[in-house]
Amino acid sequence: MIKKNDLILIGAVIILGLGIIFFINVTKTEGSKVLITIDGKEYDTFPLDEDTTFTVELDNGEYNTFVIKDGQVDMTEASCPDKVCVRHKEIHYNNETIVCLPNNVVLQIIGGEEDEIDAIAK
Amino acid sequence: MKTKKIATYGLLVALAFILSYVETLVTIPFPPVPGMKLGLANLVVLAALYTMGGKESLVLSVLRIVLVGFTFGHPSTMLFSIAGGLLSWILMLLFMKTKWFSLVGVSIVGGISHNIGQILVAIYIVDNINIAYYLPYLLITGAVTGTLIGILGAMIVKRIKNVQNT
Repeated sequence: MIKKNDLILIGAVIILGLGIIFFINVTKTEGSKVLITIDGKEYDTFPLDEDTTFTVELDNGEYNTFVIKDGQVDMTEASCPDKVCVRHKEIHYNNETIVCLPNNVVLQIIGGEEDEIDAIAK
Repeated sequence: MKTKKIATYGLLVALAFILSYVETLVTIPFPPVPGMKLGLANLVVLAALYTMGGKESLVLSVLRIVLVGFTFGHPSTMLFSIAGGLLSWILMLLFMKTKWFSLVGVSIVGGISHNIGQILVAIYIVDNINIAYYLPYLLITGAVTGTLIGILGAMIVKRIKNVQNT
């Protein structure tokens, strides 16, 4: 039933996936700010070194609440139906995102060049 | 349309509907990709592809997405399902015709392309290329769930063929 080609496909896909994950993990750098984007437009940025809780309120009554704590950002509450963004782990590396697709709200970590130099200096 | 074909359509739509519902009950605790799905409904598209044909499996896929979108799903996620559903249907059909893979390999192609289709729409909608970060995880999960769905699919195909031949 299962052909040799199937096994090659499974192996190739898993190796490709693991390879990309490895590459991302090796090249990732600590970020310093979180950028909030709504409907693809930049809304606001927050520094990661100040603990805070903020609620993004949309014109249509929907909302997303996120917490910055210990240099990490986590979505803690949202009005969306699937709550995928709330279940997402906290983020702090450059270019990491938490996306709330139903509300079209994106949190993205940015601006980590200084930290990168610090990390190398250490 | 022959009666047998109508009956098979009904059988598979019902199965797809039930599997989609089951899928909403199951959340997979896979931290890198919250909201990951098993792709159970792909079983039915796969089964239709092998027992009824390309056109019929497309009809089933679209019917399922629309039905589920208006019942257990959310209309806002329907666009993602359609993108994933169409891309995986096209690629599964192509790879089935090449005969390079068995039904299991075709199922893997379907699982992975379903994920890629959804990610592409997500990148377009939120206008942020960084969502592609999930792609390597989705390749791996697609390969694993695709294999399981393929093995189950082969069993279903065998049974549908038994019914069709009586």
